[in-house]
Amino acid sequence: MNNSKVLIYDGSFNGFLTSIFVAFEEKVTVSQIQKETVCQSGLFSETQTVLTQVDKAKRVWNGIQKKSNSALKNIYFAFQSESQDVELLLYRYICKLFTHETSIAYDYSDGVVLKISQLAKSVGREKHRMEAFVRFQLTKDGIYFANIEPDFDVLPLISKHFRSRYADQYWLIYDVKRKYGIYYDLEKVEIVSLDLFEIHSNSIHKSHKMTANEYDYQDLWNNYFKSTNIKSRINLKLHTQHVPKRYWKYLSEKKQAI
Amino acid sequence: MDFDRIKEKLNILADAAKYDVSCSSSGSKRTNTNKGLGDSTGMGICHSYTEDGRCVSLLKILMTNYCIFDCAYCVTRKSNDIKRAAFKIQEVVDLTINFYRRNYIEGLFLSSGIFKSPDYTMERLIAVAKKLREEENFNGYIHLKSIPGASDELMREAGLYADRLSVNIEVPTISGLKLLAPDKKHEDFTKPMLKVKNEIIQYKSEKKLIRSTPKYAPAGQSTQMIIGATGESDKDIMYSATHYYKNYNMKRVYYSGYVPVAEDSRLPAIGTQVPMLRENRLYQTDWLLRFYGFNVQEILNNNHPNLDIDIDPKLGWALRNLHHFPIDINKADKLMLARVPGIGLKSVHKILNARRFRNLNWEHLKKIGIALNRAKYFILCDSNKWVHRDLDADKIKGMIIQNSAGKFRKEYSTQLELFNTKAV
Repeated sequence: MNNSKVLIYDGSFNGFLTSIFVAFEEKVTVSQIQKETVCQSGLFSETQTVLTQVDKAKRVWNGIQKKSNSALKNIYFAFQSESQDVELLLYRYICKLFTHETSIAYDYSDGVVLKISQLAKSVGREKHRMEAFVRFQLTKDGIYFANIEPDFDVLPLISKHFRSRYADQYWLIYDVKRKYGIYYDLEKVEIVSLDLFEIHSNSIHKSHKMTANEYDYQDLWNNYFKSTNIKSRINLKLHTQHVPKRYWKYLSEKKQAI
Repeated sequence: MDFDRIKEKLNILADAAKYDVSCSSSGSKRTNTNKGLGDSTGMGICHSYTEDGRCVSLLKILMTNYCIFDCAYCVTRKSNDIKRAAFKIQEVVDLTINFYRRNYIEGLFLSSGIFKSPDYTMERLIAVAKKLREEENFNGYIHLKSIPGASDELMREAGLYADRLSVNIEVPTISGLKLLAPDKKHEDFTKPMLKVKNEIIQYKSEKKLIRSTPKYAPAGQSTQMIIGATGESDKDIMYSATHYYKNYNMKRVYYSGYVPVAEDSRLPAIGTQVPMLRENRLYQTDWLLRFYGFNVQEILNNNHPNLDIDIDPKLGWALRNLHHFPIDINKADKLMLARVPGIGLKSVHKILNARRFRNLNWEHLKKIGIALNRAKYFILCDSNKWVHRDLDADKIKGMIIQNSAGKFRKEYSTQLELFNTKAV
């Protein structure tokens, strides 16, 4: 009789790593790993709730790191994709990683490895997009504020980039979809969860919370954006390929287009 | 700050700067160690894209569009009747900082029309860069134009503040330059280039001995050529590009399809289509030379002075050299893999890694993401299905064109469409 189980974790990356630890330690045959928020118990499978333990998670993290750094990055990035059943895929990936002598991170002719590296790549692309598409607006309290709505949960991945780039200004990047943000106070970056009702994305509706000059600069930027375009080379297909329409409402230069 | 006046200037001076195609913001490392503003990691970021599909990563403007020269191809030539404007140094600094803080840009690209003298112009460009670095603690990217004819001392100073310097050669041949820009001498362009090249070499060797040696133009220098203004062949262009890569250690040579900006009997008339496809083929060739280990003579020579329009240059080369093929995907070395049409460098990397685990077959190659529609005629893999057979070059070309949909197809297809949807 096999003890096939569904593992339930709290949704955090540490929680996921703890589930991996539990699966290995208790030799569980994992049939599924699910977040507690989306958990669905199967008809015939047992469920087990895993309590997040940072020390256990850390051991798994270090174990993977010893095997391969690129595998570690792939796992973390693919996890942030929040795609359905990514946990089980990652579990299989990690099993492969630990059963092989050599690093399997580059075994692209293997289905699981290829899928994980593709997921990691899409998340990486979204991360890079957010580093490009964040548009700060200066509020009256002197905080540079931006809204984003990325396809994947990339806030933890972009925090270092913004911290080292804007080291001398207060800033807050808020994920509208996931309802949390990262805030930098000149010392460190903190995760803040708040419910913002107003979405300050549109310069057509000016908000009194922004400094007086803010909209002048947005206006200058929009003008620059228009003047630097060469009309005789127009290529709208390429344009939307690089700047997909779903991001337009947060880009001040594209607001009038929507 | 008078926003209306700034807006007007910005419109004029951004409009005049847009024909400079260089917009790269990569290749320079400036770590933010002083709690200043900006941090360049060496990786460029394109913050937006204009409707022509070109990226916006730098604030690209002219200091002024007043100019004492009269180059036929240039929109700011002195005989052109256009609005003129000039920025103050502080205005450029403020714009850059405020745009950068809002994450609009990676840095500044500053060029200028030549007013009073080359040295006077160059001094003002340097003053902006200096102010940004020293007063504003700015670690973002700065690209300065080397003004043709500027003195050696100024070029040395410029490199200390800028990440990249560039002089645009504009016309690929010396005879063309005489025709279109009679006021400029070829030496005016090459002198600052040579100076920058030597300074880069010198600073790099000093840096090896003394670590605190300041950076000098860490992202190197680049140049640009106009395509399709003077009737030069692709061979002329690429041979001249190779010359600049080799003799001046250029990081990049840019190719800019000529956008007609003037009625002049020496140039294509206004309204002539921009040669975008040709430009694309030249960039493909440039990449083959820089990354794929091709030699320029292999692609362009007296028998083939121009690139094929309907197929890419690598496929063109492969079809002329079928005796090298087919190659075995599971055995061929890196350089040979890179020469197969349809396999790019990323795919080469993936193949090399993946084949250590098992021999690859068609299915694997397809999943990895290789353009098999082109590659399949040139390779063997772990399968007895051999697509190559005994086809000749024309046959292969015909089959590839038939089974693919190139984005430029409509520009060279001679076939009539059955249902002509464009007619009104």
